[in-house]
Amino acid sequence: MAKMTMIEAVRSAMDIMLEKDPKVIIMGEDVGYFGGVFRCTAGLQEKYGIERVFDTPINESAIVGMGVGMATQGMRPCVEVQFADYMFPAYDQITQEAARIRHRSAGQFSCPMTIRMPTGGGIFGGQTHSQSPEALFTHVAGLKVVQPSSPVDAKGLLIASIEDPDPVIFLEPKRIYNGPFDGHHDAKSVGWATHPLGEVPEGYYKTELGKANVFREGEAVTILAYGTMVYVAEAAVKETGIDAEIIDLRTLLPLDLETIVESVKKTRKCVVIHEGTRTSGFGAELIAEVQEACFYHLETPIVRVTGWDAPYPHAQEWDYFPGPKRVGRALVETVEA
Amino acid sequence: MVAANATSPKKGKSNSKSAPSNEEKLQYYRDMLLIRRFEEKAGQLYGMGLIAGFCHLYIGQEAVVVGVQSVLNEGDQVITGYRDHGHMLACGMEADGVMAELTGREGGYSRGKGGSMHMFSKEKHFYGGHGIVGAQVSLGTGLAFANQYKDNGNVSVSYFGDGAANQGQVYESFNMASLWKLPALYVIENNQYAMGTAVSRASAEQELYKRGISFDIPGEAVDGMDVLKVREAAKKALAHIRAGKGPYILEMKTYRYRGHSMSDPAKYRKREEVDDIRSHHDPIDGLKKLLIDEKIATEDDLKAIDKEVRVIVNKSADFAQTSPEPDPSELWTDVLREV
Repeated sequence: MAKMTMIEAVRSAMDIMLEKDPKVIIMGEDVGYFGGVFRCTAGLQEKYGIERVFDTPINESAIVGMGVGMATQGMRPCVEVQFADYMFPAYDQITQEAARIRHRSAGQFSCPMTIRMPTGGGIFGGQTHSQSPEALFTHVAGLKVVQPSSPVDAKGLLIASIEDPDPVIFLEPKRIYNGPFDGHHDAKSVGWATHPLGEVPEGYYKTELGKANVFREGEAVTILAYGTMVYVAEAAVKETGIDAEIIDLRTLLPLDLETIVESVKKTRKCVVIHEGTRTSGFGAELIAEVQEACFYHLETPIVRVTGWDAPYPHAQEWDYFPGPKRVGRALVETVEA
Repeated sequence: MVAANATSPKKGKSNSKSAPSNEEKLQYYRDMLLIRRFEEKAGQLYGMGLIAGFCHLYIGQEAVVVGVQSVLNEGDQVITGYRDHGHMLACGMEADGVMAELTGREGGYSRGKGGSMHMFSKEKHFYGGHGIVGAQVSLGTGLAFANQYKDNGNVSVSYFGDGAANQGQVYESFNMASLWKLPALYVIENNQYAMGTAVSRASAEQELYKRGISFDIPGEAVDGMDVLKVREAAKKALAHIRAGKGPYILEMKTYRYRGHSMSDPAKYRKREEVDDIRSHHDPIDGLKKLLIDEKIATEDDLKAIDKEVRVIVNKSADFAQTSPEPDPSELWTDVLREV
């Protein structure tokens, strides 16, 4: 075991896969010489050479498109889109080529490509460096969508993603790259070094895709969360004293409905939280699934706490961010209803 | 998947020779004629309501794909847009499987999941039929990257039209292909019209072979109505690419006789323009004249080829109507790898 930040854990996953499988390559903007804008790929070019870890020009569409071409020839490209906000030019390639080439070739070709993207806000990035576009991917048949909430999960999930036979969108919550963040932006930041989930095995291991993690067991209400919001939920639970069960989804697509349903049938109440905008956000899908599966077990309406339906603001970042106060209020309302 | 038949043209062993043999010229004639008759039949089946949705015919452009294919090596990849039936036949894919995909049957290359614009053959190194204008160019560049990475000596050929030549990702791809000297051949099939928009109404620089200049990619304009000229140009381009000098652009000046798709009002060009090309520049008639003038074949020989081709095409039309509809369960297969 070693102490790792999420950045180091992600790097370790790529390091191991580059070592293990010559079909794996890393490409993206500034991932090689510079080592990545968040340093996730630092040192990998020096170790594996420019043929396997290399910089591309700034052109997300063709980066992803080339990745599809490589993957159909049996390579396993692990592509970085520098910010999730930059994926829009590549959205065509992701949704219409990567996600669908298996289906429309009736299984003759597949696209084993991983696309890593730092996601979410909390670093004053404003509207083009803070977005959480996961729902734009979960709406696409043929993709898998992953979002880890800790170094230990990030490494295991990224290795599983790179080895997966289908295209995986790997969303890295950048606010918790260096430490868990509970939404109290004015509090002193904490690093992963002192957190148990910063303990990461040094070697190869996989964390299975499609399996949620019961982050905290509880009886009063089920909270569905992923990424940064897992720690916001934890803070809200601590501050309200409500004995909530927190489920960290880890993989959004395919969704581990079994774990969710089991929990909601037990607690009979559910709060869904995410940072992305509310309308047609992933929370809407979660609520629909939960009510379809648990309607007769629910005692209260399902509540969601999300980012507002507005562009991600700069100055008012903390008014936008669904912090522990808002989550706590929803918990109290749900439990007391 | 589909019954074997003898539609496969012989691939690329001729590319070391300076000029094609008489047999090869006859083969080009047969290959072009197969595409033409196939497309005519597809048009008929469409008219009869047996093909639904989209169907983009390649009639008039046959020399392009046959000429380029004639100098490819085994393992070279081909990828194109939605006007793709000719490319598949040229790659050696069977007429039965292509026609059955048009009719959406189980015997189609994608078992009815793809339709006219989305067909593939791993065996023949055909990487699709793609319905989004220009998107295949980035994929083709990725195929070229994989060739270089694997050091397999192969070249990827990305076909796209004059319309796609204005798509941004084409230039993103050009830049990377040239930067990394990838073994990529870009074939612009300039058939003069992007749907109903003439090149002159859409492109500031109408000589599309020049589009690689700022990426340091050599380009050449080619008479795409002459299969032998296409072959020569492709041979030269491939020699450049296989020598490790990076990508090459060939702009094929060609012409499509039919509408963009099956629902084309054809108001954007004059009937006389089409008639003039058909009468004076047809790629099949041109080669036919050469074959007879050079006494490579008689009228009767060529009629026999036509007959043979019609048998293949008629058989494919029968197959495409008798192959069963896909099972309803196919809706959910091949979405992700089944476990």
